[in-house]
Amino acid sequence: MPEFNLIYTALMIGGVIAFVMGTVAYLILAERKVAAWVQDRLGPNRVGPWGLLQPIADGGKMFLKEDVIPSHVDKVFFILAPIVAFSTALLSIAVVPIGPSTPPPAPQATVAEYEAAQAAYQETFTFAIQPGLDIGILYIFAIGSLAVYGVILAGWSANNKYSLIGSMRSSAQIISYEIPLGMAIVGVLLFAGSLNLETITDWQSQHGWFILFQPLAFLLFITSVYAETNRLPFDLPEAEQELVGGYHTEYSNSMKLGLMLLAEYAHMITTSFLMSILFFGGWSLFGLENIAGETGIGALLLRFGILGAKVFGFVFLFLLVRWTIPRFRFDQLIGLAWKVMIPLAILHLLAALLVRHFELPYFALTALSVLLFFIAGAASVRTSSAQKTRRKQARSATREHATVGA
Amino acid sequence: MTFHDALFLILATASAVSALGVVVSSSIIRSAIWLLFMLMGVSGLYFFLGAEFLGAAQLIVYVGGTMVLVVFGGMLTTRGPFDHVPVGLVGWVLGGGLSLALFALLVQASLSFVSHPRTDTALPGTGPLGLTLLGVPETPGQTAYLLPFEIVSIHLLVVLIAAAYLARAKRRPTSTHPEADHG
Repeated sequence: MPEFNLIYTALMIGGVIAFVMGTVAYLILAERKVAAWVQDRLGPNRVGPWGLLQPIADGGKMFLKEDVIPSHVDKVFFILAPIVAFSTALLSIAVVPIGPSTPPPAPQATVAEYEAAQAAYQETFTFAIQPGLDIGILYIFAIGSLAVYGVILAGWSANNKYSLIGSMRSSAQIISYEIPLGMAIVGVLLFAGSLNLETITDWQSQHGWFILFQPLAFLLFITSVYAETNRLPFDLPEAEQELVGGYHTEYSNSMKLGLMLLAEYAHMITTSFLMSILFFGGWSLFGLENIAGETGIGALLLRFGILGAKVFGFVFLFLLVRWTIPRFRFDQLIGLAWKVMIPLAILHLLAALLVRHFELPYFALTALSVLLFFIAGAASVRTSSAQKTRRKQARSATREHATVGA
Repeated sequence: MTFHDALFLILATASAVSALGVVVSSSIIRSAIWLLFMLMGVSGLYFFLGAEFLGAAQLIVYVGGTMVLVVFGGMLTTRGPFDHVPVGLVGWVLGGGLSLALFALLVQASLSFVSHPRTDTALPGTGPLGLTLLGVPETPGQTAYLLPFEIVSIHLLVVLIAAAYLARAKRRPTSTHPEADHG
């Protein structure tokens, strides 16, 4: 692990937190604006020009509201839950390179060579709080697996049936979707040969983006990400039409609720960064990132812009999907994870292993990936039509029975 | 006190307080959640020591996997809100005595460790560790653990299947009324 300059790290931490919080505040406004746009309304437009000061008004309201703790809750965990949710959301962005990055050195044979390589790496700069962490993506998964506790703790400590149902749905959902989430990126890791996000970006800038070779893996990843962040169509934990507010029903509209919502939006930002970095080449754009030179302020700004545009695109997709696809039923949700996505992820991993082992051209994997997708689609159409016929037969049999009985 | 000492103190205090919470709390779910914070604290210590993989693996396997199931099971099976398990005096004395004995043993063991600095120049890695664990002995005569490892994993599989068999939904005698089948 490289040594760090404490001041740089502190500055990075401050900068990243300020960036995430600022983006989150405006994401909430953007969400309302997009919702209004989809539903042919105007959206918030009273506070400042085009409602641009709305986030400040909302934040002020959250801080000033009275903090009500109901008498029937488990106080310790009721207060701990938003803290857990929020801190895990912020912790997971620590290894994500938010700008131009340099890959850390590969493993060396002896201690002396290792130290020389590390010293050379110290000279470069990567825009991440913790650059060069070897386990990179694994760390994000580890922290991401803690995020479920914010929901579980909130739901259980509230001592309310809606909260409990919401949090139990959530734990089942998050456990199920963690499996395809993890398996979808194993193919990426096999080719990049590293868990480190900077190295993965570097591989893609040399060989091409992973979305070109593994479109199916990306599809599985983005679906699981939507489930993990509790966004529609997977927002069963807080389905407001069925469960009032789900796991945060008992939280009054104070800063505790605010932290929970902020955590949810911070997750969206982190996962958008992950999708851009894992499958869309991070700051690379088919050589176009070198137009303004390899180094210097121009190249820096250009690379920031490329990555930022990708991240913005994914965040916007999050907002659009919310108003496009209706919510799943719970059995459909679990069925999708266990019966469709996990088998597909295993098959895709097998295809990636074959291509990697026999050193086939990378586009062979693209073909296999697309083929798998169409086979799965055909299979699901067949099963659903078979189920429909069976259900129809059963219904007519019931009707006959009823008529006979009458 | 250096920055490192302060960090260590925070992590160690958090782990120790949560560990106390596990044993002192009388509600099962509270215990489980204190155990969760204890595991998080310990994995924080691993990160602190530079063993990132160990820390991440602990978080993924224990905190993200096992403890979710424990908490989930606890929430599903409690009979009322904030179910408490009363602990009698005998329980406190027995449990306290046993924990004190275990604590003394652990302190004794951890104080008797002597670190051996490496003298060779090869970079330490996980490769030799994996080879030693799973067999492929470097020198003849060294024991390979591949077979015991496989036996243990198959044993785990058998246990899992048996658990699923025991916990499966018992089929009720089929009703003659067709409504019961698709209702």
